[in-house]
Formats: sequence, C-alpha cells, structure tokens
Amino acid sequence: MPITKRSRLSRVAASTVAVALGATALAACGSDDDDAKTESGPVSLTYWTWTPGMDKVVDLWNKGQGKKDQITVTVKKQASGDTLVTKILTAHKAGKAPDLVQAEYQALPTLVSNDALADISKNVGDAKGKFAEGVWQQTTLGTDAVYAVPQDIGPMMFYYREDLFKKYGLTVPTTWDEFAETARALKKKSPDTDLTTFSANDSGLFAGLAQQAGAKWWTTEGDKWKVGINDAATKKVADFWGGLVKEGAVDNQPMYTPAWNKALNTGKQIAWVSAVWAPGTLTTAAPDTKGKWAMAPLPQWTAGENKTGSWGGSSTGVTTDSKHQEAAAKFAAWLNTDDQALTALAKESGIYPAATNAQTSGAFAQAPEYFSNQADFYTKAAEIAKTTAPSAWGPNVNVAYTAFNDAFGAAAKNKSDFAAALDKMQDATVADLKKQGFGVSE
Amino acid sequence: MSSLAVRKTEPAAGTTPGAAQGPPLRRRIALVPTLTLLIGALYTLLPVAWVVIASTKSGEELFSTFTFLPGSGFVDNLKDLNAYRDGVYWQWMGNSAFYAGLGALLSTVVSAFSGYALAIYRFRGRETMFNVLLAGVLMPPVILAVPQYLLLAQADLTDSYLSVLLPQILSPYGVYLARIYAQAAVPADVVEAGRMDGASEWRIFSRVALPMMVPGMVTVFLFQFVAIWNNFLLPYIMLSDDEKFPITLGLYTLLEQGANTPALYTLVITGAFLAVFPLIALFLVIQRFWSLDLLSGAVKS
Repeated sequence: MPITKRSRLSRVAASTVAVALGATALAACGSDDDDAKTESGPVSLTYWTWTPGMDKVVDLWNKGQGKKDQITVTVKKQASGDTLVTKILTAHKAGKAPDLVQAEYQALPTLVSNDALADISKNVGDAKGKFAEGVWQQTTLGTDAVYAVPQDIGPMMFYYREDLFKKYGLTVPTTWDEFAETARALKKKSPDTDLTTFSANDSGLFAGLAQQAGAKWWTTEGDKWKVGINDAATKKVADFWGGLVKEGAVDNQPMYTPAWNKALNTGKQIAWVSAVWAPGTLTTAAPDTKGKWAMAPLPQWTAGENKTGSWGGSSTGVTTDSKHQEAAAKFAAWLNTDDQALTALAKESGIYPAATNAQTSGAFAQAPEYFSNQADFYTKAAEIAKTTAPSAWGPNVNVAYTAFNDAFGAAAKNKSDFAAALDKMQDATVADLKKQGFGVSE
Repeated sequence: MSSLAVRKTEPAAGTTPGAAQGPPLRRRIALVPTLTLLIGALYTLLPVAWVVIASTKSGEELFSTFTFLPGSGFVDNLKDLNAYRDGVYWQWMGNSAFYAGLGALLSTVVSAFSGYALAIYRFRGRETMFNVLLAGVLMPPVILAVPQYLLLAQADLTDSYLSVLLPQILSPYGVYLARIYAQAAVPADVVEAGRMDGASEWRIFSRVALPMMVPGMVTVFLFQFVAIWNNFLLPYIMLSDDEKFPITLGLYTLLEQGANTPALYTLVITGAFLAVFPLIALFLVIQRFWSLDLLSGAVKS
C-alpha cells in the first residue's frame, strides 16, 4: 500500500512537470529581477534538510556570519528520499517551497525541470574551485547556470574482511576480472560463504557501478534528451553481475535486510561494494566484526585504470519560491565551503564533504572508529574521491530506479538475463520521458 | 443495522444455521472457523509481539540474536529515545494526542449534528446529500491530501496545527455512521413527544437524542481517533516544521536520515512500541461506554 501511495504521489508531481523543456537549462532567471537591489534589513530563511545535527551547524551561522549579515536560517528537519522531492514539488506548486532545500544529485534535474531551483551562479560562482570537476558538474547540469552547492559525496570503494581474506587465502581484487576469480575461488574453498551479493533493490549502487564503467544514462542532444541506460558500458556491468549471479558465485539477496546484516556479521558474506559512508552502516549491520574490515579502491575494468563511481551524496539548493535568493545562496556557499561549517558538518552530522580541502582537514585526520585498524582510511578515501567519474542524471531518475527494482529484482531472483532487464529499464525510462512531454532523441 | 437493534433475542452466535433450528445439542467447537480465527489472531498478534520483543533489544542484539528472544537494552533504548534531540519524541507524542484528541472530538460533534439532522429531519435534497456523503466514504483520504494542501496553501494555513486538524474534522464515514445510528436509536416518537412538550429543537437534540446516541458517537470518536493517530500522508504534506510532527512522521524521519547515516532502528521500534499505549489506554477507558448498548432505548416496542 505505501508503494502505491507513493507512486500515486509522484504521478501527481510528474504531471506538474513543465511540458516544454525547451533546452535542458530551464533558466530560472525571472527571479533575478526581483532581487536586483541589494537586500536590506534582517532576512529569515527556512531550510529543509534531513542531515542529522544540521541545526547545530546552522547555529554557528546564526551566531557568526549570519548575525553580521542579518540572515537567520531555521532548520526544518525532513525525511530523506524521493518522497521529499515530491513534497518540495508539491510545495512549489503552491508557491510555498522553503528558501533552501537539500537534494540528492540525481534529483536536481527533476527539480530544475520543474522550475523549482533558482540559478545561483551569480552568488556562488567562485565556490567552483573548492570542488572536484565531476562533482561540480552535477550542479550545473552541463549549463552555465548553477542550481546547487555540493554538500557531501559518496565515492565508491571496496570493503572486505581482512581476516577472512587471509584465512581463505584471497587477495584483494584490483580488476573486475580478479573480482570474479576471487568470488569463484571463495566458493570452492567455502561453498557456504559468498564474496558479496548483487542487490536488485539498490538502484543507486548499480548506477554508481555503471558510472564507473563510463555509462552516461542521460545526455542532451540539442533540445532533446537522450537515454543511454542500455549503452555498451552499462551492458558490460549488467552482464558481469548477471553472469556471477547465474553461476552462483555471488549471492542474489537484497541488502539492508536483517538477513543481510546477519550475513555480514557472521562472516557469511565477506566483502561489500559500497561507498565512503559504509563505516556507519557496518557499525549497525555488523557490530561484532568491528576492526576486522578494510577498505580498498573499487576494482577496475582495465588494469592500471583509476576510476570510481558515486553512490549517494547531496547538495544545497535555493528555490525559485524564495524571496531572498541572494541571502540563501550566501548561506548555501558558507555551509559547504567554510572551514568551520565543514568541520561542524563532519563532527555533528558525520557527512563526507564534497569540498576537497575539507576531505583532508583535521576532522578527517583519524580513521572512523569502526576502521581503527586502517589508520589512513580518510587519506585513501580522499585520493579515491578524486577519481570519481562524471555522472549524467536526467529528469526522471526515480522512474528509471523503480524500473530497475522491478526488472532486476525479477532477473536476480530467477537468475535470468540481466541484459534483458536493462532493456526493460531503458524502455520504461524513455516512455516516461515522452509521457511527461520531453523531447527524446532515439 | 436497524433490525439488529430492535431484535432482542438472536440465535446464539457461532452455531451453524442447521444446528440452531433443532433442539439444543451439546455445543461442539467448530473446527474450521476456530482454526481460521486462530490463524487470523496469530497474523495480527505476531507483529505486535515482534515490536514488543524487538524494543527490548540493543542495537547489537537487534539483528544478530534470535527474533523472539528478549534482549537487554530496553532501558537504554528508552533513555536514548528520551535523549534524542532533547526529547522531541515526547513533543511528537503530544502533537499526536492533540491532533487525534481534538480532531476526533470535533469530528464527533460534527458527525453527531449532521447525522442527527439527516436522520430526523425531512428536507429537500436530503437523499442527494446523503448519497454524496456515501461517495465520500468510498473516497480514500489519501488522494485528497495533495488538493487539500493546495487549498490550505491559498489560505496561508500550511505548516500549522490547523492544517492537519481542519481536513480531518469532516469525516464522511463518521456522518454516515451517526445517521445510521441516530435512525436506529432515536425513535421518531420520542422527538415528536419532545415537540409536543414544547421543547426547542436544540433541547430535544441535546437532552433527549444525544444521550441515546452516545454509544454510536463513542464509536465514531474511536474510529476517528485511531485514523488520525495513524495518519501519515496528510501531515507529511502539510507540515515542514518537525516540532509540529505527529508521531508517525517523526518516526519516519528517524528511519530516513540519508544514505550516510544508519537508520535509528532501535529508537524507531521503541518509539512505535510506546505509541501503541495511548491507543490501548483509550480503548480500555472508553470500552465501558459501549456497554450502555443499543438496548437502552426509551420506547418499548
């Protein structure tokens, strides 16, 4: 029932999508005129975010920089996920969206195509230098506009049980071919143990893996969208995992279930393809194995290459409904580039910052407690973060993700062809884009 | 329903129709219905048992020990929940009690008024009105949430206590139930007698009809209370300030904290466990009003 409710909701939101996209950049300029004159007098802003502890970080602003500039920010804590995007769009329809919103990178095109996010390039333009190219590009959608300031990122990494790898005589795979060999070798030595699982519930993971392989799921061609979900790179990834699942070299059960927690905690699964935030998840999922895990770069498609994908991460955007866009942009820039703010974000909220200088700051000098055995955890993480491949999101990521869950869920369960599932995902995404009124080039 | 109310002696429930006809036999336990009901009871009680037991487990024990083995972390869970963001949980609990308590009360009052009017008075368009209402009963409130949000946004009422309260005051089901009940429980003779004695319509309603309608209104109140207490989508769309959140929404924010923060399962489970108590208490307290029963009428037929 909740699922139908949710999808009905997103349907409502989808139907409000601006019909003619014109160009990718639905430049939300109009607002600039209203704010042409510099604001005077105290300004108060509201901020929708799901980050825990954000109220404490915002307090720093309200007592410091914000007090000077007479800009007060109020945090309204929300639940994360696709439903928040729908909520923002519903509020935007009534002209009541908050001044500032937290949005995952893949949600930005949806928000922009609904004209919910303002172009803040005039106010935050010089923040660009603080972020890696591939991260910043996600907030511009490939245009001259800037729709958000990056907050946190989730560069992907390979996590494994150091002790069990030793016990089974395995080496850490550096390429995906080695990864497959490792999975098979483990099956031979201990048939009940799996290297990892392919979770058909986690579209974000699959998107990240495809991104690493060089996939570009949404691109623009003139004023039309081009969907490349079944492109060669993604096919390669799908076939690779499909093959492993089919021969039984890896498990096919979903992640984030009690059974999965148990498998990690008892050493039934001994590795996890995840992202920089994995220590937090492992702390609750596998509390008994603390200090036994280690982190390594993601295996590569070609030996000697150095690329990773991203899984998760979010940004701070300013809405077109805000009457104080300049002030809001100022806060967004401070929150995600100021040293004091970033340190507080790391400490209070446990986020992994997008700003490159913060990744090696004092807050990340020590490895996370769960990884106390790997002292250089964050030094390594910062190096890996630099190798993040660019990503290409479109205006209906949620539809593609739902299609992924359906098609790959069935394929993983039946151990059937993953490439066919990929085609289904492609078709569903293209059909939805057309239905929403976007031009699609085939 | 009306025939049920009048009939005083019914065949004993649970016996098969055939058996009821013949001379009283030794009562046998009907195997199939009993088994079905037992399975049903198990189906509804197992999740409750799970919540009760899981709330006693600490974070380490939650997923690693046997599901129905009580853990040792209940007191710590309570402390953590109490400490979470300076006890915002109790604020949510208070909000839920406010929304559900006041909302259900107002809804009951509105239902009583309109149900009584629809049952007793004859006026043009009465049946049409009632049929429209019936259509309202069939309409799931979920699909109204977004339009209601847009409507209240026009009135600048979103993100306020009123925005959650107002849409839940008019309950088509409550009015429907009140009409049916008033029709059965308030005989036209009694209303007529009141008029003969010169009582005003208000007096007849408040002094004569309302006491007869109490058990039905208690039912409406309970239904509405539980519906508001459990409502998720309406407050989700209406509210953005988490100090105004009801408990359903608050617990949801504990679960969805973003990818890099683990969900606070133990807090959510303990919170859900505690949130059941007000409902149980309410049922226990209000139960006795039901025992007034349908039989306490004023006219013997």
